Amino acid sequence: MLGTYFTFPELLIWLPLVAGIAAFFMKNARVVKTWSLIAVLGVLAVSLIGLCYADGNAYPTYNQVSYYWLKYLGNSFHLNLNKTGHLLSLLTALGFLFIFLYSWKEEREKPHAFYGLMLLAQAGIMGVFSAVDALVFYFFWELALIPVYFLCSFWGGEKRIQTTFKFFIYTFVGSLLMLTGILYIYYHTQGRVFSDGTQAAHSFALNAFQYANLTPAEQGCLFWLFLAAFGVKMPIFPLHTWQPGTYDQSPTPVTMVLSGLMVKMGLFGLIRWLLPVLPEASAKYADIVIGLSVFGIIYASLIALVQDNLKKLVAYSSIAHIGLMAAALFARNDLSINGAILQMFNHGINIIGLWIIIGIIERKTGTKKISALGGLATKAPTLTIFMVVIALANIALPLTNAFVGEFMMFSGLFIYSKWFAAVAGIGIILAAAYTLNMIRNVFYGNVKPAVEGVTDIVFHEKLVLAIIVIVVLVMGVYPQPIIDFINNTPARP
Amino acid sequence: MNAIVFTAIWGVLMMFTGAFVQSKTMPKYMALIGILIAFVVNGIELYTGAPIFNIDAHNMLRTGNFNLTFIAIAIAATGLLFLLNGRDFEKMGNHVAEYFALIFFILCGVALVATFNTLLLLFLGIEIITIPLFILAGAEKRNLKSNEASLKYFLMGAFSTGIMLMGIAFIYGGNPAGSFSLSNLNIGADGLNLYLTIGMVLLLVSMAFKVSAAPFHFWTPDVYDGSPTVITSFMATVVKIAGFFAFLRLFENAFGAVHHEWQILIVIMIAATLFIGNVTAVFQQSVKRMLAYSSIAQAGFMLMALFALSNVAREGLILYSAGYSIATIGIFSILIRMSDYTIDGFNGMVKRQPLLAICAAIFLLSLTGIPLTVGFLSKFWMLAAIVETGKHFWLVIFAVVFAAVSAYYYFRVIQAMFFKPENAEPLIIRVSPAFKLLLVVSALLIVVLGVMPNLLLDWLYI
Repeated sequence: MLGTYFTFPELLIWLPLVAGIAAFFMKNARVVKTWSLIAVLGVLAVSLIGLCYADGNAYPTYNQVSYYWLKYLGNSFHLNLNKTGHLLSLLTALGFLFIFLYSWKEEREKPHAFYGLMLLAQAGIMGVFSAVDALVFYFFWELALIPVYFLCSFWGGEKRIQTTFKFFIYTFVGSLLMLTGILYIYYHTQGRVFSDGTQAAHSFALNAFQYANLTPAEQGCLFWLFLAAFGVKMPIFPLHTWQPGTYDQSPTPVTMVLSGLMVKMGLFGLIRWLLPVLPEASAKYADIVIGLSVFGIIYASLIALVQDNLKKLVAYSSIAHIGLMAAALFARNDLSINGAILQMFNHGINIIGLWIIIGIIERKTGTKKISALGGLATKAPTLTIFMVVIALANIALPLTNAFVGEFMMFSGLFIYSKWFAAVAGIGIILAAAYTLNMIRNVFYGNVKPAVEGVTDIVFHEKLVLAIIVIVVLVMGVYPQPIIDFINNTPARP
Repeated sequence: MNAIVFTAIWGVLMMFTGAFVQSKTMPKYMALIGILIAFVVNGIELYTGAPIFNIDAHNMLRTGNFNLTFIAIAIAATGLLFLLNGRDFEKMGNHVAEYFALIFFILCGVALVATFNTLLLLFLGIEIITIPLFILAGAEKRNLKSNEASLKYFLMGAFSTGIMLMGIAFIYGGNPAGSFSLSNLNIGADGLNLYLTIGMVLLLVSMAFKVSAAPFHFWTPDVYDGSPTVITSFMATVVKIAGFFAFLRLFENAFGAVHHEWQILIVIMIAATLFIGNVTAVFQQSVKRMLAYSSIAQAGFMLMALFALSNVAREGLILYSAGYSIATIGIFSILIRMSDYTIDGFNGMVKRQPLLAICAAIFLLSLTGIPLTVGFLSKFWMLAAIVETGKHFWLVIFAVVFAAVSAYYYFRVIQAMFFKPENAEPLIIRVSPAFKLLLVVSALLIVVLGVMPNLLLDWLYI
C-alpha cells in the first residue's frame, strides 16, 4: 500500500493537516488535547518508520510523489523527502510531542483553535522539509508562518500584537524577495514534459533550477534575494532584530515551535536550495555570510551575558548557535555540513528542553527576571537536575549531543578558515559564561521571595524532560548511527 | 453577444417591474433570476461557441473564450453581490427595481467593453457603465456625502469621457484607413504618426481615469467613500475590472504592434499606483476609505497585464478579477453590517461573530496575497508575466515590497478582529444564517481557486 497510495512526505503533511482541521471543531479541551496528542504520536510513528526507508535510491516510491498542479506554469506538486528531510521531520514530530506533553495541564482560552493551529503549523513545516518544487516550497514556507502568526498574536504576552507583527513583516518581506528570485530562475530554466504529454516552457523543479542558465552576475543578485528569506528565518545578524522580542512575547509552546523547528526551515533552505542552486554565488559570498554569522555569534553572546530576562537570554543564545550553523554551512565542506545537519537536530531538542524548563519556572514563580529568582534548587531539585543537564548540552559539553555537532562544525570551519573558527570559538566560552551564570543565579543562592511557594515538577513534566535528557545523553555518547545516516546524503542533493 | 442582448432586455423588464409591482422584495428575486439566466446564456455561448441571439454586428463585436470568461466572472460577481447584499439595496431608497435595472444596464455595458471591436462601441460601453453609476452613487438622496460622490464622479467621468472622445477623434483622423474599427487600424511597428500618438496618449489617460490608476486616481477615495457601500463594492469590483478588460483589449488590439512605445508609460503608472495606493492606505482610519485606497493599490497589480500583454498576463487578469471580486465583495458585505466603519469598530469581532471574523480574515489574506488563497496566485501570475518579458525586473521587487506594505493595513483589521479586546459598547451584528452560509461559500471559493486555479483557467482554452 505504501508507495502506491501513500508516501512518507504525503502522510507527514496530511496527518497533521487533517487532524488540525478536525481539532477546530472540538469544543471540549480534554478531547482536543487527547486528539492532538494522538495525532502527533501518529506523525512520530510515521516519521520513525520513514527513517527505516529513508534511502531514496533503495525506496524511491516511498519518499517521492508528484502530481500535476498548475499546468499553465509548468509546476507540479512534487515532494521528495531526502535524508536530511527525514531527520528534520523526526525532529518536528518529536518537537510537537514534547510541546503537547508539556502543555498537557495548561489551561488556555479556545483550546480547539490553539491545537488546530499548532497542527497546521506542523503540516506546513513538514511540507517545507519535503518540497522539491520551488513554488510548492514557497507555499509551505508561507503556510507555516500564518498559523504561528495567529498563535503568537492571540495567546502571547502583553506586547504581542506589535512584536508578532514585526516578526510577520520581516519574514513576509524576506519570503516575497525569495519569490521574485524563484520567478527569475524559473524563466531561465529548461522546459519539461508532463506525464500526459503536455509541454511547459519552464519548470519550477529543484533539479531544473540547478541547471538554470544564469550568468555569475545574475547568480550574485539572486543569492541575496534568497538569503533575505533564509536569513530572516534563521535569523542571522543583522536580520535578527525581530527574534528576541517575538520569543519573549510568544506563549512558550509557540516559542518552542519558532526556535526549535521553524529556525531549521531557514537552515534547511540553505542546504537544499541556496547552496545547490547558486553554487558559484555561494562560494563568492561565503566570506561575507560567515563573517556576519561569526559577528552575530559574538554579538548575541555578549548581549546574552547581560540579559536579565530568561526568555531573552535563551533567544540570544539561540542566535549564537544558529550563527555557528550558518557559518558551518557556508564553509561548504562535508564535515561542516554534516556537523550542521546533526546540530540542527540536536539544537532543536536542546532548545525545546530549555524552553520547557523556562516555561515551568515562569508559570510557578510568575516572573522571568533572573534577578527576581534564586535558590530554586532547594525547592525543585528534580527540575534543577534536568536543567543542569540540558544547559550543559546547550554549551556543548562532551558526552552531550551538542558536542559532536559543534566539534564537527568547528573542524569544518577550521578547514575553511582558521580565523573565522578562532573568533567563533570565543562564542563557546561566552556561552559557558552566560549559561552557568544563569544557572547559578536562578537555581542556587538564597531563596528569593518569588521562589518561596514553588513545588517540584509533576509526572508529565518529568516524563517529557526525561525523554529529552535521554536523547541528549544517547546522542552524546553514541552519535555514530545518525552520522552514518546523514553521511550518505550527498552534501549537494 | 448573448449577455449583451439579454442583460439589456432584462434591465428594461426590471424597470417595468418597478412601475407595476409595489412589493419591495420582489425586485431582488427577479434580479437574481435575471443574473442566473444571464450567467447560463453566457455559459452556453462560452461552451458551444455559438450565440443564441445571433445578430449581425458588422464585425463591431468580437467574442472569444477570454472575454466570455470575463463576462461570466462579472455576472457571477454581481450575483454574489445581490445574494449577499440584496437587502441593502432595499434600504438604499424607494426605487429598488430601478437600482437593479440600472445594474443590469451596467452589466450590458460591461459585456460591451469586453467584446468591442470598434472604438465607437468602446465609447458606448463606457458610457453605459458610467451614466447609471452617477445615479447609483447618489442613491442616498438625503446623504450629503452620497451627493458629493455622485457629483464628483459625474464631473470626473465627463472629463475623462471628453478626453477619450478627443483621443478617438485623433485616431480616426490619423490612421490611413480612416476607420474606427480595431481590426482596420493596422498600426505597424513604426506606424505612429503625430495624430495617432496624441490619440493614443489621450486614450491612455482616459482609460487610466476609469481604472483609477495613479496619477489619475484622485476621484476614487471620495467617490468610493461617499457612495452607498453596496454601490462602492460594485464599483470597486465589476466596474473596475471591466475597465481593465477594456484597457487591455484596446491597447492590445489597436496598439499592440507599438507596444514598446507606450510600455514605459505603463511602467511609470504601475509604480506610481502601487506607491500612492499602498502608502495612503496605511494612514486611513476608516476601513471603507482604506479599502478605496487598497483598490487603487490592487489596480497597480492588474495594470501589469497591460505591461506584459501575454498569455500569462491574460490568465493572471482572469484570476485576479475573480479573486479580487470575491474578496472585495465579501469584505464589503461584512462592512455594511458594521455600525462603526473605523478599524477600532472591528475590535474583538471574533468573540461575537467568530464565523464572520474568520471569513473576513480569509478575504483580507487573499487581498494581501497569502498562499492558499486565489489572491496569492493572481499576484504571482502577474509578477510571472513581468519576469517573462525579461524587462524591468526592478518592478517585481518594487511590487513585492508594496505587497508587504499592503499586509500592514490589511492586517490591522485582522489584528482588531482577533487580538484586540472588545470595545465598551459590544459589537452587535445581525446576520441571517443564509448570509453566513454564503459568506462561508465565498471564502471556500477563494481557497479552492487558490489551490486549483485550473478550474477557472481551463475555460480560456476550451
